[in-house]
Amino acid sequence: MTLHGRWEVGGGSRRGAAWSVLFTGATGLATALILAMLAVILVNVAWHGWPALSWRFVTAGTEADMFEVGKAGVFPMIFGTTARVILMTLFVIPVGVTTAIYLHEYAHTTSVLTRVIRTAVANLAGVPSIVFGLFGLGFFIHFLGDRLDLVLHPDNPKPIWGKPALLWASLTLAVMTLPVVIVATEEALRGLSPGLREASLALGATKLQTIWQIVLPNALPGILTGGILAVSRAAGEVAPLLFTGAAYYMAELPRSLTDQFMDLGYHVFVLSTQSPNLEQTRPILYGTVLVLLLLTFALNATAILVRARMRRRQRAAG
Amino acid sequence: MDDVSLPKVRLPEPAPEPSPGGAGAGEALLRTEGLSLWYGSARALHNITLGIPPHRVTAFIGPSGCGKSTLLRCFNRLNDLIDHVRIEGRVAIAGHDLYGPGVDAIELRKRVGMVFQKSNPFPKSIYENIAYALRLHGLRERRRLDEVVEQSLRGAALWDEVKDRLHRSALGLSGGQQQRLCIARAIAIQPDILLMDEPASALDPIATARIEDLILELKQRFTIVIVTHNMQQAARISDYTAFFYLGELIEFDTTRRVFTNPSQQQTEDYVTGRFG
Repeated sequence: MTLHGRWEVGGGSRRGAAWSVLFTGATGLATALILAMLAVILVNVAWHGWPALSWRFVTAGTEADMFEVGKAGVFPMIFGTTARVILMTLFVIPVGVTTAIYLHEYAHTTSVLTRVIRTAVANLAGVPSIVFGLFGLGFFIHFLGDRLDLVLHPDNPKPIWGKPALLWASLTLAVMTLPVVIVATEEALRGLSPGLREASLALGATKLQTIWQIVLPNALPGILTGGILAVSRAAGEVAPLLFTGAAYYMAELPRSLTDQFMDLGYHVFVLSTQSPNLEQTRPILYGTVLVLLLLTFALNATAILVRARMRRRQRAAG
Repeated sequence: MDDVSLPKVRLPEPAPEPSPGGAGAGEALLRTEGLSLWYGSARALHNITLGIPPHRVTAFIGPSGCGKSTLLRCFNRLNDLIDHVRIEGRVAIAGHDLYGPGVDAIELRKRVGMVFQKSNPFPKSIYENIAYALRLHGLRERRRLDEVVEQSLRGAALWDEVKDRLHRSALGLSGGQQQRLCIARAIAIQPDILLMDEPASALDPIATARIEDLILELKQRFTIVIVTHNMQQAARISDYTAFFYLGELIEFDTTRRVFTNPSQQQTEDYVTGRFG
């Protein structure tokens, strides 16, 4: 190549431009495909589900008939799904945040224990959800529940704790979503300027005071992001509930943590596999799916609103 | 400020004007003896012995990596937070060994305040930045808090600029104001010693001048140790200067002598700008 040749870029660039167009097109097509799939799902569900939605549908139960339009309702499932998601959040946030604080603020980064915990968290995230269901059955119901029954109600032949329940289902979901919360919280802690911690410690604050009063309030939006991700993941899960708490049918709403509950996701499964007449049940099925989607969005939107408010308040002052 | 009843160690009376030759010998408030420090296997400080006189400004100068910030952080045991730090020798304030058994680093840091290179106000209101420090020390009564917050902000020459927006975020202040807020926060709890790690290196000349004026004012009440890269700054504001090179204390004397008639060739080369 001559000295001038280096600057004659016209020849090669035409082929480059062609590739560029092709590549842009391919990425655009991939994006469009994803959007199209999402649109098909949402439009399909909304289109078929909307007619089924009525005040009666979202406030009634299934006492009259589970599979017949006009008689069936999904209120017990809305209640059950909301309850298990909120309970799960109450369990997973404290444990996840505490773990992340230990990992980021206390543990030596190079210690064997830290590495073991991190590997465990990463692997936990990759376990199929049905396995969490089996874990919940084995650990919470049979290991914990049976022992609680032995200790608390030794004379009662019927198990109270050692059976599927709202409590065990929520705990199982909490174990499943733990990695999400830990990772998001650690990310939030890492994002804080180390100068903040030093400033507090140099004023004579203890580590605990620094974490409690400086680190955590500033990491709160990040922690809530973890909570939002956990809720998103858990709200639609069915597999972990199969053995741990979801009921096919219950005449009443759960009244205690040891009761079983009906669940929207599980109900979709019930409607699509147990109906004597699927054609007749289909509108209810669509309606239930639409309610599940709306509930998931609503739970997420609430968490996002809380986070946005918190950020605004933090920016305004302390 | 004298009526503020916070826990405090009584200080020796201010030393007489710096006497040439003897760098505060005998009357030192803060003294290190044969102090060495290692990060893992890397030795950052070599056998440092020096005495810092009370109510004076002592400047630590030297090229980057010479150990001056590391030494500063020995004085409030902020190095404790770093893994694999090992210390030998002695650091004492008014005769009390800082690294002795039974010494509480938390208590120590209430008596040795620090201002950092990068201003680090908390993402709270201006008022809360200072109130946080006071509450750590058990001051809760609202009226007293208001008083001490005002005194501290006045002490840091910031009151007039922020008195109308005490409850707005500290992050809305300019860089120089943020740094003065950090100084206000540090002096609010009335430490005996104020450590300053290049407090003006990120500021413009006007903000720097204000910080320097402030330091000269603060030395009436505090013993100040300041790390600086700025030779003119050291010459302007300090009474004593210590020159460090590669973790060793090369020379420690009155600032006038260090800058006009140093005893070591290396010091002369550095202060005249021949290296560093």
